[in-house]
Amino acid sequence: MASTTPPTRTANAQLTRRSFLESVSTGWFIFTAACIAGLSATARFFFPNDLFEPPTRFKIGLPENYAPNSVDENWKAKYRIWVVRDGEKIVILNATCTHLGCTPNWLLTEGKFKCPCHGSGFYRDGINFEGPAPRPLERFKLSLAADGQIEVDKSRKYQKELGQWNDPDSFLKIS
Amino acid sequence: MALFKNLTETQIWKSIFRHKYPDNTRDQALAVLSNVFLHLHPIKVRKSGVRMSFTWCMGGVTFFLFLVETITGILLMFYFRPVVEYAFNDMKDLREVTPMGIMRELHRWGAHLMVITVWLHMLRVFLTGSYKPPREFNWNVGVILLVLTLLLSFTGYLLPWDQLAIWAVTVGTNMARATPLLGHEGPGAALLTLGDIPIITAGSDVRFGLLGGTVVGPATLMRFYVLHCVFIPMIAGVLMAVHFWRVRKDGGISGPL
Ligand code: HEM
Ligand code: FES
Repeated sequence: MASTTPPTRTANAQLTRRSFLESVSTGWFIFTAACIAGLSATARFFFPNDLFEPPTRFKIGLPENYAPNSVDENWKAKYRIWVVRDGEKIVILNATCTHLGCTPNWLLTEGKFKCPCHGSGFYRDGINFEGPAPRPLERFKLSLAADGQIEVDKSRKYQKELGQWNDPDSFLKIS
Repeated sequence: MALFKNLTETQIWKSIFRHKYPDNTRDQALAVLSNVFLHLHPIKVRKSGVRMSFTWCMGGVTFFLFLVETITGILLMFYFRPVVEYAFNDMKDLREVTPMGIMRELHRWGAHLMVITVWLHMLRVFLTGSYKPPREFNWNVGVILLVLTLLLSFTGYLLPWDQLAIWAVTVGTNMARATPLLGHEGPGAALLTLGDIPIITAGSDVRFGLLGGTVVGPATLMRFYVLHCVFIPMIAGVLMAVHFWRVRKDGGISGPL
């Protein structure tokens, strides 16, 4: 009358060696995947969406404000650029040394940009001629906005060694 | 004397010290074994191991300096605010008006010294051939500790937020642009694209993740502060425990060849 085998025993008997190993490996697989997903999500945490940095598109006034054959340093602190006017042509130079990224100074009396970090020197047009800097300063895109002001776009840059200084967006001709 | 004897008989005393005054080898061994900090250290040290001319005590001095840096560093945290508006002035205050603000100088000079001693320690391990089996694993732990020491120096360098700090870290982190695959100017990064949209740009590469922006700015100061005060010291502390434990497990400090 009384059963000799407890019911739980029969249930366990269905767990074969194969199915046991299968569920263990599925378990480890899910665990590993969850760890990788968690770690990648944590890595994403270090890439912020909002930056507290100056805008990359901005206006810098009328072309007439810039004297011929001059280097304008007024925007350097705020936007890290120089406005260089040579005769009728205006270019925007990136005030970042092409060696390792310090900010050079414009030495008016010597007519050159000089980097305080390791001594790189650049002519007024941005071409390097002394020190470790391997290439000329970069230029940024500029255009004439509807209100007549110069608008600079720092997200587009032009490098001489890539032949980009001939690009019509890299300079502004004043007629 | 009687008072001292009575004191050592109390339950409180006996609950703390599980052995007698260590004036015999057994109690000396117990003193090391039953102490959580000391047990990392070998119970017995070879005579050559305590000879100054063999170890220069440079590992020991490096560890001592690490403790000095930890203590003075925690003290500095009571005054220093890692925000661009305050950081430089807080550092100046520590130097000029804060009572015992010399802690800042101790921390700075200690850091320079620690870099020197860790190199000297590595040099002596090399010169005595102590990197050879069975100690090759501990040499590698040491290499990581060396890198962590240098990273502590580098992250700490930014915190005063003066011109030297900002430009040194600007130059230093610009190298991260050239990281293979992960830096936006590095080899191979241009290959990682979604259609014709580049994945690795100035706004998404390792340098961006390190700086919290595209230039050394407020986010960088905060990041380096946390790395400097919490993250790197914690990892270095754990690895030092492993390092000392392995000196013990690899047969104590090596002997002269
Ligand atoms: C935070 C940095 C470090 C600390 C606090 C530290 C501490 C120590 C201490 C206290 C010893 C005991 C012997 C001695 O004082 O010379 C030791 C031994 C040793 N260290 Fe380091 N160390 C550090 C970094 C390094 C580095 C950079 C290396 C090599 C790349 C290294 C490799 C070794 C090896 C192989 C031993 C065993 C030497 C022997 O048995 O003679 N350590 N370390
Ligand atoms: S960063 Fe300008 S010369 Fe090195």
